Amino acid sequence: MTTVPEAFARARAGGRAALIAYLPAGFPDPASSVLLIRALVDAGVDMVEVGIPYSDPLMDGPVICQAAEIALAAGTTTDDALQVVAQVSDGPAAILMMTYWNLIDRFGPDTFAARLAAAGGVGVITPDLTPEEAGPWLAACDERDLAHVFLAAPSSTPDRLAVVARAASGFVYAASVMGVTGTRESVGGAAQGLVARLRDVTDLPVAVGIGVSTPEQAAEVAGYADGVIVGSAFVRRVLAAPNPTAAVAAVSELAGELVAAVGRPNMQEVR
Amino acid sequence: MTALPDKFGDFGGRFVPEALTFALDQLAGEFLRAVADPAFTEELAQLNSDYVGRPSPLTEVRRFAAECGGARVFLKREDLNHTGSHKINNVLGQALLTRRMGKQRVIAETGAGQHGVATATAAALFGLDCTVYMGEEDTRRQALNVARMKVLGAEVVPVSAGTRTLKDAINEAMRDWVTNVSGTHYLLGTVTGPAPFPAIVRHFQSVIGTEARGQILDRIGRLPDAVVACVGGGSNAMGLFSGFLADPDVRLVGYEAGGHGVASGQHSARFSGGAPGVLHGTRTYIMQDEFGQTVPSYSISAGMDYPGVGPEHSHLHDIGRATYEPVTDDEAMAAFRLLSTTEGIIPALESAHALAGAMRLGRDLGPDAVILVNLSGRGDKDMQTAADYFGLLPEGP
Repeated sequence: MTTVPEAFARARAGGRAALIAYLPAGFPDPASSVLLIRALVDAGVDMVEVGIPYSDPLMDGPVICQAAEIALAAGTTTDDALQVVAQVSDGPAAILMMTYWNLIDRFGPDTFAARLAAAGGVGVITPDLTPEEAGPWLAACDERDLAHVFLAAPSSTPDRLAVVARAASGFVYAASVMGVTGTRESVGGAAQGLVARLRDVTDLPVAVGIGVSTPEQAAEVAGYADGVIVGSAFVRRVLAAPNPTAAVAAVSELAGELVAAVGRPNMQEVR
Repeated sequence: MTALPDKFGDFGGRFVPEALTFALDQLAGEFLRAVADPAFTEELAQLNSDYVGRPSPLTEVRRFAAECGGARVFLKREDLNHTGSHKINNVLGQALLTRRMGKQRVIAETGAGQHGVATATAAALFGLDCTVYMGEEDTRRQALNVARMKVLGAEVVPVSAGTRTLKDAINEAMRDWVTNVSGTHYLLGTVTGPAPFPAIVRHFQSVIGTEARGQILDRIGRLPDAVVACVGGGSNAMGLFSGFLADPDVRLVGYEAGGHGVASGQHSARFSGGAPGVLHGTRTYIMQDEFGQTVPSYSISAGMDYPGVGPEHSHLHDIGRATYEPVTDDEAMAAFRLLSTTEGIIPALESAHALAGAMRLGRDLGPDAVILVNLSGRGDKDMQTAADYFGLLPEGP
């Protein structure tokens, strides 16, 4: 098991920003998703966000929506997703979950946190949970040293960023653009400004996600953020692959390129 | 009004991507400034009278009431509003807010098309760009309403994700809003969604309850024994109920879609077959499986076919101030036919659920009772469904 601070420390020691990869559990089926996530870890990814597929993913663009539909059609449940975590959490990468709130709510925050901790997960990203609604959840996570990661957006006011940062642990997830997940031609200019504004209100690491898909974009973001989050680009590789073996190879190849890209050979530490 | 309620007991709140927080705060702030501004109130009142045709009449239906155990039955005639339903009340209010916020574009979700048509109407009136998201399945079921929206100048986007119905249209509208929020207002059509939407929509729909209370007092010199309404998302019901919440002797009854019967699993009865959870930004009763995945809803009536419900209804349910009961497709269709043949009023299939409920309730309450029913919309849009159900058209080739 690797914790979130350990994963950031490992990346820093390696002269890199942390590379954080996302794949949904159960996509394209539970057994394959374990192989895909292991391939990410083996390629040197620092953290993996294991998504729980959800029927109403309103923060996700068409690529991740399609993956969620495939995973749900394969019968994937929260139990299966926790099983996936248990099978990949013994490696050098920190394993977090990314889930819409109702799936946690249905288990109850305490039960969910206990089961995730038992599976070796070290944190949770909740894209539709605001700090105002998070009271019992924060307590349930803190009791088990699970990182509770919240999102900040380019539209967040300074006061709001302070609220988000105060509620977060592990790191703050800075959404690079206003919009849903998915690859984009360029990382928005708002991302760097948002990271700078977050630096004013928190000492937590800041990772940038949404719309980061290529090694070039990852390298750019690694120039100013502590972590680089890539999701849809991995999902696209899996969707495009003709078979599971090819999917593992494609994901592994992209992960390797991205890990190389987030290196900072000529840079001082960002902070 | 100095603050808007975010919560209704344990329900409501705001479960949304952080990117929307700013817009929701902006909306709440603008709403509070607007309702404190006499010019806003005056303009909305003027639109309501000159454009919508308010106040909507209260009609006593004696021949229909004969089938309701002899109770006196009064209909609040939201079906006579411009665009044919109560939806216009909320849409005009939010369109005025959109203009005040300096936004040039509105987006909306729609199931049967009534809210989409009302939004397209207001967008035409105010010169706003308008995009309406509608499940692909619903665009086929309600093809004429798609044409109406297009005639009014709106763009209609069929949504092919998920179950291809209203809930998926809301997801897609939310995605558009997150992306385009700086110049776009999400003109949500019912009393659900993240705060402040439930409170704002209720406010604009409360004109129904305010008028109805005054009208019934004028007419019979006392309050009704029960006020009843259909509950899809619940905006027409919340609008009517709001006028009587402070009258403890007035029973409030909401009727949900029982579809083929709650036991069949094919229904939209959140209070009989659902449990508290979070959907579309709010905590409320929803139809979900043991893991929290949304379970597809069903109703013969597209406007009732939604797996969530406004959070204030969940609160009124839990504290016992209002009761909610399922009405099956067959009961609703019988009431639809009965009102048409006894009174010459063709109700929307949604409203037919309330009429079926009134028939049941009237028999329980007896001949001295007075029941006020919200006739939330007219049935023109439902002719194809009714013709199929009753076999009214010659067989096709």
